[in-house]
Amino acid sequence: MTTDVTQGGLFAAWRSMLVRDLTLAMRRRADVLTSLFFFVIVVSLFPLGVSPEMAVLRGIAPGVIWVAALLATMLSLGRMFADDHQDGSLEQMLLLPHPLSLLLLGKVLAHWLVSGLPLVLLSPLLGMQLGLGGEAIGLLMVTLLLGTPVLSLIGATGAALTLGVRGGGVLVSLLVLPLYIPVLIFGTGAVDAGVSGMGYEGHLSLLGAFLVIALLTTPLATAAALRISVE
Amino acid sequence: MGLKDSIAWYYFSAPKSFYPLAGKLIPWFWGLAIVLTVVGLYMSFFVAPTDYKQGESYRIMFIHVPAAWMSMLIYLVMAIYAIIGLAWKVRLADMMASALAPTGAMFTFLALWTGAFWGKPTWGTYWVWDARLTSELILLFLYIGFISLQSAIDDPRRAAKASGLLAIVGVINLPIIYFSVTWWNTLHQGASVSPTMAPKMASIMLTTMLIMTFAFWMYTIAITLMRVRRIILERERQTTWVMELVSDEKGGRK
Repeated sequence: MTTDVTQGGLFAAWRSMLVRDLTLAMRRRADVLTSLFFFVIVVSLFPLGVSPEMAVLRGIAPGVIWVAALLATMLSLGRMFADDHQDGSLEQMLLLPHPLSLLLLGKVLAHWLVSGLPLVLLSPLLGMQLGLGGEAIGLLMVTLLLGTPVLSLIGATGAALTLGVRGGGVLVSLLVLPLYIPVLIFGTGAVDAGVSGMGYEGHLSLLGAFLVIALLTTPLATAAALRISVE
Repeated sequence: MGLKDSIAWYYFSAPKSFYPLAGKLIPWFWGLAIVLTVVGLYMSFFVAPTDYKQGESYRIMFIHVPAAWMSMLIYLVMAIYAIIGLAWKVRLADMMASALAPTGAMFTFLALWTGAFWGKPTWGTYWVWDARLTSELILLFLYIGFISLQSAIDDPRRAAKASGLLAIVGVINLPIIYFSVTWWNTLHQGASVSPTMAPKMASIMLTTMLIMTFAFWMYTIAITLMRVRRIILERERQTTWVMELVSDEKGGRK
């Protein structure tokens, strides 16, 4: 009986964490929209900087959109724990009787819903701007759908490590971007493989594998990092 | 770095007792490093034969390959020290991890630099996006991340823990990164430009390379011990033994 109660308690805590973070994000819509517009602007700079030729743009489109997605995720990482740390609610979370890593999954999910999912939904528009065909756009969305949660998960660890550190915003990109490289490689690789008629299933499977590994390991690292940062 | 007797393990894991031990060991490792470097460089330039394909330019390999090996080994050792430091709360292990990082970054940079100089005569370009070059570059980023995180946090305890955790995350990711980069590379341009001399390398070349590797290794131990002694003094400056040591040294100089 007691296990039922604690499990219910855990789920309730998890859900309230998720709802709380979503509510907070919705109250500050400007923050959310800023990183979205950042994503759009970065992608729009490439035709201006590289070439307006559709053939060129089509070749670099998956990479450009993916790199812009990495940078946009980066931009929103600072918000993940900073406010909670400042007003003391983070310490309350650490004191909860539930496993911190599981609760953090709720927080990361909220982050992804607010800053990852919109990127996935916006990507077809940007893909069309850069001349990608229908199949390629579909693939791009699937890779972003699989990849952006990994970005949020790894990013959470980076954000926890740099919490309250001077120059944390720039530092987190230094720590996290190298770890994003595998996701970038297979995210763009899948689209390229799909466009050139090769099999892309392998890439997608690997992205899925990265997601599973990140889901299993990064919450533990994030929890450890938060305890180091707050102690 | 090794040389910790299993009986004296606990004794020497205290910074206070490790400090004088490190001081005694440093001249030996410097001596070994210098002798091995002199022998290794002599063999590199005068004993090892000229390569029939690459001419004299291949000799940079005797710096390049050992530096690349050391860059990877040091990251691994650093992560092991970080694990020991986090799991058993051994302060000295944290200090060793931070003492190793600059040398690791230096060897990574050296490997990239010499690689570029070797690439120009061999491949006709300073840089190619070869799998090995790319992963070495990413390794440099990981080192820089470790060092910057450490220097950005003022509290040394917290800095050691946070950067230790980062080193562990990095070492888990390294194989994934390496494998991704290799796959990305083979998909994009084929393995046309990798130096495939290892299997048919003359044994004298291999011996020279191993001597140079040991020279670098001994240098790493010597410089790390020197650096860790500074770190010990800095982080333990509130303790009585450091204060006594410093005042003794001041008295000795007068």
